[in-house]
Amino acid sequence: MRQDLTHIVRWIAPGSRVLDLGCGDGEFLQQLRERLEVRGTGLEIDDGRITTAMGRGLDIIKQNMDEGLGNFPDQSFDTVVLAHALQAVRHPDLVLAEMLRIGRECIVTFPNFGQWRCRLHLGVFGRMPVSRLMPYSWYDTPNIHFCTVRDFEVLCREQGIRILARDMVGGPGGENRLMARFWPNLFATTAIYHITR
Amino acid sequence: MVSAPRDSRSVGLVQPQVAHFAEALPLACGRELADYELVYETYGTLNAAKSNAVLVCHALSGHHHAAGYHSEEDRKPGWWDECIGPGKPIDTERFFVVSLNNLGGCHGSTGPTSINPATGKPWGPDFPPLRVRDWVHSQARLADYLGIDCWAAVIGGSLGGMQAMRWALEYPERLKHCVVIAAAMKLSAQNLAFNEVARQAILSDPAFDEGRYLANDAIPAQGLALARMVGHITYLSDNAMAAKFGRDLRSGNFNIGSEEGVEFQVQSYLRYQGSRFSGSFDANTYILMTRALDYFDLAREYDNDPVQAFGHARCSFLVVSFSTDWRFSPQRSQEIVDALIAADKPVSYIDIEADEGHDAFLMPIPAYLAAFSAYMRRVGGDA
Repeated sequence: MRQDLTHIVRWIAPGSRVLDLGCGDGEFLQQLRERLEVRGTGLEIDDGRITTAMGRGLDIIKQNMDEGLGNFPDQSFDTVVLAHALQAVRHPDLVLAEMLRIGRECIVTFPNFGQWRCRLHLGVFGRMPVSRLMPYSWYDTPNIHFCTVRDFEVLCREQGIRILARDMVGGPGGENRLMARFWPNLFATTAIYHITR
Repeated sequence: MVSAPRDSRSVGLVQPQVAHFAEALPLACGRELADYELVYETYGTLNAAKSNAVLVCHALSGHHHAAGYHSEEDRKPGWWDECIGPGKPIDTERFFVVSLNNLGGCHGSTGPTSINPATGKPWGPDFPPLRVRDWVHSQARLADYLGIDCWAAVIGGSLGGMQAMRWALEYPERLKHCVVIAAAMKLSAQNLAFNEVARQAILSDPAFDEGRYLANDAIPAQGLALARMVGHITYLSDNAMAAKFGRDLRSGNFNIGSEEGVEFQVQSYLRYQGSRFSGSFDANTYILMTRALDYFDLAREYDNDPVQAFGHARCSFLVVSFSTDWRFSPQRSQEIVDALIAADKPVSYIDIEADEGHDAFLMPIPAYLAAFSAYMRRVGGDA
């Protein structure tokens, strides 16, 4: 399982109702079901991934969150998860607002564009960063709204979003964990937030 | 059932069976059928726990022959052979599949062409009007007859999907999964309009004689053919027709100085479909079935609130739509999905990119078959 996902499992209560936005092939929801007897629903747009997730016995809905989430009632889920997709949606602020309307709590993970490697790419080489987590070139990337840890926290403050907890992932092998914790904006590759209204 | 060597992914040779019901069936119209028969086919084997049975509900002009062949000479298999058979989405290695001809049909089940015991003559237009719920109740009797307490899944496309949804509300304890393909919770004004044109084509055929054509030894072939032609257009997409026929000519030309008329391929295709249909389908049945389709409104008796309606369901749902289906568009399916989400019911939904329009639900479209198969593996796991 991807590192950010192992981190967020502990914020999810056993037996709760979880909505996973951009659930991919459903691996995470399956783990939640097996470990925590979570009743999950996934949103995905890729037919192949939907089919794999359906084969895992999960409830999967083909829906593009850029076209809205208005069909999900207020506070109908315990937790809404958006893992590594915030940077790929058209209106991240609106998606966050919708997540907080639908779920009592939300978990958001995103790549930190303020990490020193990104700064190095941009500041020294003058090129858009390309990394293991973000392997795309600027012209074909699905990631259209990069932000930094600090950017995200400013948005939370502006929108009245309460941060319940945060966790930071350092280097790809788990290195720089302490550095990422103390100077997240410079050392975290992935930021993980547990938020609510 | 004898297995034919024809193809390892076919259920092979199949034989229709008849179930007779002597207990009167009360109908939504207030009348009752004292006595009736349902013709059906089964594929696969019922397990000892009787937990692997799947009911397939047919659409407007369908019937019990959904898969396999009736004889070695048969050129065409049953109408849903793409989806029913060993290794296919409705895998007959795993499931016991029941497919019937609905009441009011013209392929062997009691309907307008059957003899009315009160008169000794065919029912014709006097056959009671039916609603989707009447079909569902008669299907429940068939389940009793076969010893099936709970279906692993009730599955249908188009009008069949409406029956599957009605099952989920009328007999919530008797199905674990409900598969609704290319359907809607009710018809739109446009849908109603097309059905009315089809019915008027039949009603205005002089041979129809107010539905008493059988007594005259006649059939309203022209009217039925026209009805089918109109219907058929709504089953195809603009793209599908463009790809299949374009403006290709079957005969004639546009040469200057030539008076010869032309016939487009699409004209001849529609006429062929119409005439084939009029030779094999009963006009009163067509009217009865289109009316049942028109009258269907899933949530009518639940304050017109689909969320309240689906609140009664106990099963999980799979909803499938096709991108170019304009008869029951993806939006109609999304309404079903949204109501199920609001009712907090387990639901999966996929919209398949397909050029084939409404008819796509009968076609071997890889993404469709893959998703359908994946969901049916889950159904099998729960059986």
